[in-house]
Amino acid sequence: MAKHKTPLLDQLESGPWPSFVSDIKQECASRAKNAKGVDYQVPADCPDDLLGVLEMSYVDGETHWKHGGIVGVFGYGGGVIGRYCDQPEMFPGVAHFHTVRVNQPSGLYYTTEFLRQICDLWELRGSGLTNMHGSTGDIVLLGTTTPQLEEIFFDLTHKMNTDLGGSGSNLRTPSCCLGQSRCEFACIDTQQLCHDLTNTYQDELHRPAFPYKFKFKVDGCPNGCVAAIARSDFSIIGTWRDEIRIDQKAVAAYVGGEIKPNAGAHAGRDWGKFDIQKEVVDRCPTGCMKFEGGKLEINNKECVRCMHCINAMPRALRIGNDRGASILCGAKAPILDGPQMSSLLVPFIKAEEPYDEIKEIVENLWDWWMEEGKNRERLGETMKRLSFQKLLEVTNQKADARHVREPRHNPYIFWKEEEVKGGWQRDIADYRKKHQK
Amino acid sequence: MVLDTNEAKKKIVEFCESKSKTKTKFYFNDFTDLFPDEKARDVKKILTVLVNEGVLVFWSSGSTTMYGMAGAGKHAEGED
Repeated sequence: MAKHKTPLLDQLESGPWPSFVSDIKQECASRAKNAKGVDYQVPADCPDDLLGVLEMSYVDGETHWKHGGIVGVFGYGGGVIGRYCDQPEMFPGVAHFHTVRVNQPSGLYYTTEFLRQICDLWELRGSGLTNMHGSTGDIVLLGTTTPQLEEIFFDLTHKMNTDLGGSGSNLRTPSCCLGQSRCEFACIDTQQLCHDLTNTYQDELHRPAFPYKFKFKVDGCPNGCVAAIARSDFSIIGTWRDEIRIDQKAVAAYVGGEIKPNAGAHAGRDWGKFDIQKEVVDRCPTGCMKFEGGKLEINNKECVRCMHCINAMPRALRIGNDRGASILCGAKAPILDGPQMSSLLVPFIKAEEPYDEIKEIVENLWDWWMEEGKNRERLGETMKRLSFQKLLEVTNQKADARHVREPRHNPYIFWKEEEVKGGWQRDIADYRKKHQK
Repeated sequence: MVLDTNEAKKKIVEFCESKSKTKTKFYFNDFTDLFPDEKARDVKKILTVLVNEGVLVFWSSGSTTMYGMAGAGKHAEGED
């Protein structure tokens, strides 16, 4: 028997899709039964109260959560987000219902042993409810009380060899796609780079000194499975600077129907015979491909790495051999003030251990943003306010045609005196020899 | 110039106490403004020492983090 009546939430279960309401009810039933005899350290019925407070919010059309506070583990400025219910008498199980963010493994590879440990820990010391994963990538453990925090932190760090994730004005937990572990498109070892950045910048992850949040995301190729370009202040995206490798025999096999396009991903419906002209060549955004006399040609100079041809014919077209990454800066996806994509800063950089070149850019960027950024201002906003030109200057990058999105996009280039031959002074008499008044 | 830890700590605490009637939480930038000639990282090290000593505490909304004197200001019941 449910503790609270939840007719509005129940309606959410009626659709064909999986429902979080059903999941929470399952946890309510499991905790009520307590088949394993767990000595619950937070109210056993907190999932029931969670449903109750959510139903109340649906009825009222407003939230009943308060958030923020000094909850946290000793010495850490992030990783725990305080959450309180503003109707604690009605819903005592969720009066204190803090969120804990845990650093996820690179590429989200888990052992079943680790997952069991996480679940057992959270049954004992939390609500049992998790979110795998939050939008930054962390393992999100939902709902615990302040006295449990140090206990949870001890187990995570001493028994499970992991750490809290980032929150607040910190570096957030870096995330990456699964990269070269499974994907032939990966141009860089995303997992290694993500792990290295996480360890190198531990202090930034746990002790805040930034104007606001800062996110690293590492995509192995421009397909962007972790959406680095849309969601990270510092987007590292694998690319190549030589040529797409073409296997003409495999091209012929795609044209002849022997190999299914897109590795058979759209084979659930009959799309008719594969038409390389229509489905690949004509879809190239820069028109840099042609298919003549049974031969596919690519003008690589014009390729913008959209990945469409490679995705459509993965056995015929492969990423180049001279691989590295592009670095883009300034993406954000806030609720207020609108989203922004990253802007290209470094067209190509080698991404090899110990990643010193990448780290130099990161640290120059931070020095500038920490100095100039206003409180609660993301890097992308600082860039907009102080100009892309300034960003190039602080990161020691030279302006490049590839920085320009389209001609005349930003014609306001301000020269400095030292960049102009002869400075601001000129010999007017000499000038008048060639130019009449 | 290298920061003298004890002097810097004193300056930070005095700053927080001088504002205590109007403000109990401070952005990181409020402290870098106290030491205009120092690098932000050095200021952060001093703040970390004060947090580890229990003089300052972190306050976080989840999206933003601030620093405050331990015990100052209003906190949700049972939080501290």
